[in-house]
Amino acid sequence: MSRIWKAFWILALVLPLSVFLVWGIWHNAKLFFITLLNGLTLASLYFIVASGFTLVFGLMRNVNLAHGSLYLLGGYVGYFVGAKTGYFVLALAAGFVAAAFVGLLMQVAIFRFMQGQDLRQTMVTIGLSIVIADLLLWAIGAQVHQLSAPDGLAGPLRDIPLITAYSKYRMALLPVGIAIGVLLWLFLNRTRVGMMIRAGVDDRAMLAATGINVNLVFAATFAIGAGLAGLGGVIGAVELSMVPGEDVRLLLASLIVVIVGGMGSVVGAAVGATILGVAETYGLAYAPTYSVVFTFVILVLVLAFRPRGILGQAA
Amino acid sequence: MSAVQWRNAMNAGAGRAALGKGLPGRGPGVSSRAKGAGDEIVERQTPSMWAAVRARHVVVLAFLLAFPFFATPFLTYQIGAQSLALGLIALSLTFLGGYGGMISLAQMTVAGVAGYMLAIFGASGEATLSLGWSWWIAVPIAIAISMLAGTFVGWLSVRTEGIYTIMITLAVGVAFYYLCLQNYSVFNGFQGFQRVYAPTLLGVNFRNPVPFYFLALACALGGYLLIQYVLRAPFGVALQGIRDNPRRMNALGFHVTAHRIAAYALAAFLAAVGGILLVWYNGLITPNSVGTSWLINVLIIAVLGGMKHPIGAFVGAVIFVLLQTFAIDLIDRERFNLVVGGVFLAIVLFSPDGLLGLWARLRERISTTRPQAALHPRRSKP
Repeated sequence: MSRIWKAFWILALVLPLSVFLVWGIWHNAKLFFITLLNGLTLASLYFIVASGFTLVFGLMRNVNLAHGSLYLLGGYVGYFVGAKTGYFVLALAAGFVAAAFVGLLMQVAIFRFMQGQDLRQTMVTIGLSIVIADLLLWAIGAQVHQLSAPDGLAGPLRDIPLITAYSKYRMALLPVGIAIGVLLWLFLNRTRVGMMIRAGVDDRAMLAATGINVNLVFAATFAIGAGLAGLGGVIGAVELSMVPGEDVRLLLASLIVVIVGGMGSVVGAAVGATILGVAETYGLAYAPTYSVVFTFVILVLVLAFRPRGILGQAA
Repeated sequence: MSAVQWRNAMNAGAGRAALGKGLPGRGPGVSSRAKGAGDEIVERQTPSMWAAVRARHVVVLAFLLAFPFFATPFLTYQIGAQSLALGLIALSLTFLGGYGGMISLAQMTVAGVAGYMLAIFGASGEATLSLGWSWWIAVPIAIAISMLAGTFVGWLSVRTEGIYTIMITLAVGVAFYYLCLQNYSVFNGFQGFQRVYAPTLLGVNFRNPVPFYFLALACALGGYLLIQYVLRAPFGVALQGIRDNPRRMNALGFHVTAHRIAAYALAAFLAAVGGILLVWYNGLITPNSVGTSWLINVLIIAVLGGMKHPIGAFVGAVIFVLLQTFAIDLIDRERFNLVVGGVFLAIVLFSPDGLLGLWARLRERISTTRPQAALHPRRSKP
């Protein structure tokens, strides 16, 4: 019985998707594939930001709702450094370091003193997000800041079959996202610190009992998670643009990515980001006024059938 | 006796026992009293409603009734009525969060659904999109749809627990904001609906400050008394038990999920009424009314007053509205968010029980010599 139901649901999911696939390619192949690329490149931005969110959540059970503000902060810092020096790599580093520093400060000055009080921590992050967003608005203003792409990646990439030309920068995002994912995986699975973090995710008290300075591990994780948001901010400063309000958008994206993918899992974040990025861009391309509805339907479907996310495990 | 009958019998017994224990006027908490439940199941009479009335209740009510007669129309409308409407929405969150243990950030969304439905079914400036039905049809429809939406949000979020609730409800709320913003065929996009006004009834125009104030006061008072009643009813006591220990309540035979969803439905009703008042107050509804800042403002209001007291929602609303109206005169107009965010941060960091908690602690310190103080242990968790 349950197997039949499962088959039914899978069919109900796959059938409309494949119909859309065939129709989309037949209707306008160029639009279809450009949208696919747009979706995947957006997904890699979402992944970079959301992986930091999920890392922090997985270890500390801290839903950092100021994550979007850290994204905005990193983006602004990256913009000013990039515009001043002209080196994109410097901008990336500056964005990462600035957000990581603020994240570290948050962990050391506030969250360390309310360990285990999930709800209170979350409320503090809400307060922080309001304050940081307003301070940024005060200091920088509401204008749109867009960083220009680095020289090597400016302009389009020509002569691709089917879609003729595509932005080099956006194309480069794909390997960057994959590289960051692989690096994060290697870091978590192949290094000593990564091992500590994974052990902390599974059992905090036991990790402390083995003589490891848990506070240090927490601070490092929080800094890395926040830094990833800042890094995403610099990347997003070129791909999208930096303007007040983007923090909420990326926060929403991170939330949905980790809810869909499974909280606390980096692979889950990759899966969630791919689904969200692709669904959002297809929605925008084919049904602009209802694109959010698709995102929402995905959220509802996942929660209805797998309340802990696609790759989530019971806590 | 079948298993179902057995369970029902157990439920009734447990509910009665808990009811006998849950006396009014004290901080709720089945857990603190549950230890004696086994040996003395006292069939105590629920005290009559008037026994709970204290002098301060009378004073506050008298002040609220007299307020519009000595205050300026500006104070009556902008401060009084707005606080009452916002307080009602925050009260729904207090009920869910403080007594159900579920912090939902989507309460403003539920209120916004009611507002949008009122504008769509009732009359507004957008004649092509609004159906223009009279208010006495449009208001019940708006409340009903809004309750459906709130129940749906509850159904979605109770599948996961605790900290996840806040994430899912925030995601739902922000998604609804973007839907309103992007959709022009139903929600009229960025502009929203203008000129949604309160009706004229029996020659009284409810758009005027004083009648509108009394309308809001009646709704707020009704909502407050309803919550006070529900919190003492078996359902409310069971809900507080679920907040304190869902597994134990499940073992006692209570349907935890059903109770939680029902709590969402009740909260949605309050939020819907508050949402309708707010639309009439503003005269319009736009995507900004359900934007992220307002989703969070409701939480701020509830936390500001103190989430463990129903009256805290209104206290928080008054302070929030006063800050919103007058703080901008003291500092830069643009920096309102900084002030509110800072105040919220300070409250969360230093007094998780809000201003009422601060007040209670102060009183305790003053009357520390009285032995009574020892009878009220404070809960450390927020």
